[in-house]
Amino acid sequence: MSIRGKAYVGGVYEHPIREATTQSTPQLHAESARGALADAGLTRDDVDGYFCAGDAPGFGAMSMIDYMGLKVRHMDSTETGGSSYILHVGHAAEAIAAGKCSVALVTLAGRPRQTPGGRPGARPAGPADAPEAGFENIYGGSTHTMYGMCAMRHMYEYGTTSEQLAWIKVAASHHAQWNPHAMLREVVAVEEVLASPIIASPLHRLDCCVISDGGGAVIVVSPEVARSLNRPLVKIIGSAEAPKGPRGGAGLDLTWSAGALSGPAAFAEAGVTPADIKYASIYDSFTITVLMQLEDLGFCAKGEGGRFVADGNLISGVGKLPFNTDGGGLCNNHPTNRGGITKVIEAVRQLRGEAHPKVQVPSCDLAIAHGTGGVLGARHGAATLIMERE
Amino acid sequence: MSPMSRKIPAPAVNPESKPFWDAAAEGRFLIKRCNACGQAHWYPRLACPLCFSDDTVWEQSPGEGTIYTFSVMRPDSPTPFAIGYVTLDEGPSLLTNFVDCDLASLRIGQRVKVKFQPTEGGPPAPVFAPAD
Repeated sequence: MSIRGKAYVGGVYEHPIREATTQSTPQLHAESARGALADAGLTRDDVDGYFCAGDAPGFGAMSMIDYMGLKVRHMDSTETGGSSYILHVGHAAEAIAAGKCSVALVTLAGRPRQTPGGRPGARPAGPADAPEAGFENIYGGSTHTMYGMCAMRHMYEYGTTSEQLAWIKVAASHHAQWNPHAMLREVVAVEEVLASPIIASPLHRLDCCVISDGGGAVIVVSPEVARSLNRPLVKIIGSAEAPKGPRGGAGLDLTWSAGALSGPAAFAEAGVTPADIKYASIYDSFTITVLMQLEDLGFCAKGEGGRFVADGNLISGVGKLPFNTDGGGLCNNHPTNRGGITKVIEAVRQLRGEAHPKVQVPSCDLAIAHGTGGVLGARHGAATLIMERE
Repeated sequence: MSPMSRKIPAPAVNPESKPFWDAAAEGRFLIKRCNACGQAHWYPRLACPLCFSDDTVWEQSPGEGTIYTFSVMRPDSPTPFAIGYVTLDEGPSLLTNFVDCDLASLRIGQRVKVKFQPTEGGPPAPVFAPAD
């Protein structure tokens, strides 16, 4: 069985807040849900499936379902870090195809800027009961260093340069200048990225994403519900997920991510190829995250990512593969240190023709939203979603 | 760039990992090898992550290998440190810190050897230093 064409994205909402000093985390989930329902033209009582991940406070889905007063007959709180929400859209399509629900709500929200230790570099490396805890968490690994190690190895094996990585930030900044909600709207040049301090070698400060409070929500609906809504039809045609980890440390290879597994599977289900894609939302915790995933998804050969992203190739209207036209995590928003849901939201905007006119891809009828959660330098989960404008 | 000054917190020890940390307290570096598939793995666990046999045994290792990759955290700060993976000569790669060296001199492929560094209230932890 395939989910191809079995479900549609009916509504999306990106919470505009970036500094949530007077809101609670449950409140941000609910405000995001209300926004996505309004976007779809549905009401709370239409929702019969709910999806959330590790950012949902308290007892996770149970707490949030109760807080929002949902009455659902299907729920799923699969946790794969920031990629969870891309995976959830795929799972929602599966549930809809199986008749388990017809209006699925996915939410994310959080306030890392208000939480002591909420910043990735400040928090403990992981839970003490994780099987690897004693052997890994003592070494001061943070998201920065765990991605820095990937970049270091990629440079060693393929000759990738800091200048090439910088082009990814430059492209994101070109897009962010048009987004009034973006945290960093100033266009930057390659030289400015290289002049910023090294945070975790070889990554500079401007190779890193922003830290933001906020949230987002997505509504996935059955074909029948989709056709009843007064919204453009955004059809889900492929999705896949995959884990990757050191797995005993044998043959460790940090130059590829689990996207190398989820990407081809999603493309196969969708029946399209990377060359067909008009717009790409690619998770961008760091510039190296984008480069590795573009290779893994097949937009270029492994090792060619540096050349692929250089010279503005990711800038809408300039290059061949417009990416993260909202400014992405590098410039716009990275709510609760998780990038998945904003990747889905901007891809839907592009497919609807609702992106900012300065970054809207003409005739955008095929888009990908892809992300990883956890850390590419150790264990992580990838999720790939391919959507088509009907 | 200065050498690592970072303090290492006490590692979480559980019944499965206790033999490793008991040996570490005596300055011995243990890895696990699987009798069924013959391969060594890291971090040590009861069931081999490569073939899932439970016929695994502790083996003392000289703790020698090469740097697979690394990253130096805030190299221009007063308290930089280096974290990375070492590929042991027995095969598996492990996460660690690099010590007793100028952090700016670290290179992928460099030969390193294990040593044990005191932790904050726990058994000593394996770290690696240049072999030459």
